[in-house]
Amino acid sequence: MDHLVYLDHAATTAARPEVVEAMLPYFTEKYGNPSSIYSLGSETKAAITHAREVMAKSIGTTSENIYFTAGGSESDNWALVATAEAYASKGKHIITSKIEHHAILHTCEYLASRGYEITYIDVDENGVIKLDQLKAAIRPDTILISVMFANNEIGTIQPIEEIGAIAKEHGILFHTDAVQAYCQVPIDVDQMHIDMLSVSGHKINGPKGIGFLYIRKGVKIRSFIHGGAQERKRRAGTENVPGIVGLGKAVEMAVADMAERTAKEIELRDRMIDAIYKRIPYARLNGDRTRRLPNNVNFSFQFVEGESMLIMLDMAHICASSGSACTSGSLDPSHVLLAIGLPHEIAHGSLRLTLGYDNTQEEIDGVVDEIEKIVARLRSMSPLYEDFIKKTGGNK
Amino acid sequence: MYSEKVMDHFQHPRNVGEIENASGVGTVGNAKCGDIMRIYFDIDDNQVIRDVKFKTFGCGAAVATSSMATELVKGKTIYEALEVTNKAVMEALDGLPPVKVHCSLLAEEAIHAALWDYAEKNGIKIEGLQKPKNDISEGEEEEDY
Repeated sequence: MDHLVYLDHAATTAARPEVVEAMLPYFTEKYGNPSSIYSLGSETKAAITHAREVMAKSIGTTSENIYFTAGGSESDNWALVATAEAYASKGKHIITSKIEHHAILHTCEYLASRGYEITYIDVDENGVIKLDQLKAAIRPDTILISVMFANNEIGTIQPIEEIGAIAKEHGILFHTDAVQAYCQVPIDVDQMHIDMLSVSGHKINGPKGIGFLYIRKGVKIRSFIHGGAQERKRRAGTENVPGIVGLGKAVEMAVADMAERTAKEIELRDRMIDAIYKRIPYARLNGDRTRRLPNNVNFSFQFVEGESMLIMLDMAHICASSGSACTSGSLDPSHVLLAIGLPHEIAHGSLRLTLGYDNTQEEIDGVVDEIEKIVARLRSMSPLYEDFIKKTGGNK
Repeated sequence: MYSEKVMDHFQHPRNVGEIENASGVGTVGNAKCGDIMRIYFDIDDNQVIRDVKFKTFGCGAAVATSSMATELVKGKTIYEALEVTNKAVMEALDGLPPVKVHCSLLAEEAIHAALWDYAEKNGIKIEGLQKPKNDISEGEEEEDY
């Protein structure tokens, strides 16, 4: 490609120019501490109050339920650990899924080491959680269900409203990691019976290092950082004012253009999926074809390995990601791809391409051309492909 | 992450391909771990490796180590080839990231497996050559992370 084509928006995004512009004054002339009494402080206080309102409205709630954090991982950690501690007298059982982000899975491991019991629910071959299994896992001592809104690797959107209804019926708290889904699909915490929800700023063209946790009023939750009175005393520390203002602006813009933006993304996504299916044999779409994030494409290409594809794509100025072991720092491929039942060698050959608001059709077409070439080249070097061709004569 | 030499051998791998009726073929690795290497030798009557080809399924380091390993054994006698260690392959590539060291071990194993195949086909014994693990799924130890 003649310019950099960025197709890794599930990893991070560039802040929109308007976001940066909104943030800048809060580093310099509007630097007051929001807790200060003078007008320099009340000016920044007003700015974060406004940002909080924008965020609250975006998920159908009110400001007092929005708690600023440093991002998705912190929100996930807080939701799980603080709930577990606050509700330990009721029980020590938590239900989650096998395809959660590591911010959830590793926090669950930590809680397990502290005497909590975790049940990990299976997903089907498309990555949709098994609701029957979820219902059956509920016990009198279950205190929390945490299931991600949409998966970061394969883009599958979970039946959140149904899970919320199940949790509510049993009087169990429901947390969802909405880092990937937020501003990609409409979210209403009341309609969906969500008690806690994690959001990250840098996935929606906002700044890095800022996010929020929605906590429904009435949910007992331990303070996460002790100190000042910020965030209703639950997360002390002088607010990250530029970050909060930037996130507020990013949310405002992402909510305003959500319908239009995601419609365009869906069009490009489907164009890419169809082109890959048509032009590259032995390719498998991972994740649900329709219950899918507007910006997510994830394919496994048989007989090739993911990291090799990524390096070759990088040489063609294309940024993407993979669930292969080599990109995870371990010998095992992605836990998500294994959970949907992919054999290891197919999971190693996965490629994730995630769209953003400014990707174009020309870029998508060019990227498919490159992928086709790269897969063909790597297959020509692959002993697995050689064996397969010798065995089958190349017939599907 | 990778040295220039690794990138060069990944982008322009030497000796990719197959050899029809090869004197020896060795396949090592494990699809489960994401690396499979196959090396073909054409060995003449003087036990010199006249030609060598490889095919590899794996990451950038796996391809580069295969390529370098074939370069290091080409034109050598089978006993010289036996001396090519994973360290030699790594040094020739100006090093590998720690998490990729197992790729170079795979290259060494692939050479040994191809030599073993050659020895078996010709009913000879190569001094110092251990029988490679023939089940490729046992080819690699799981590491703890």
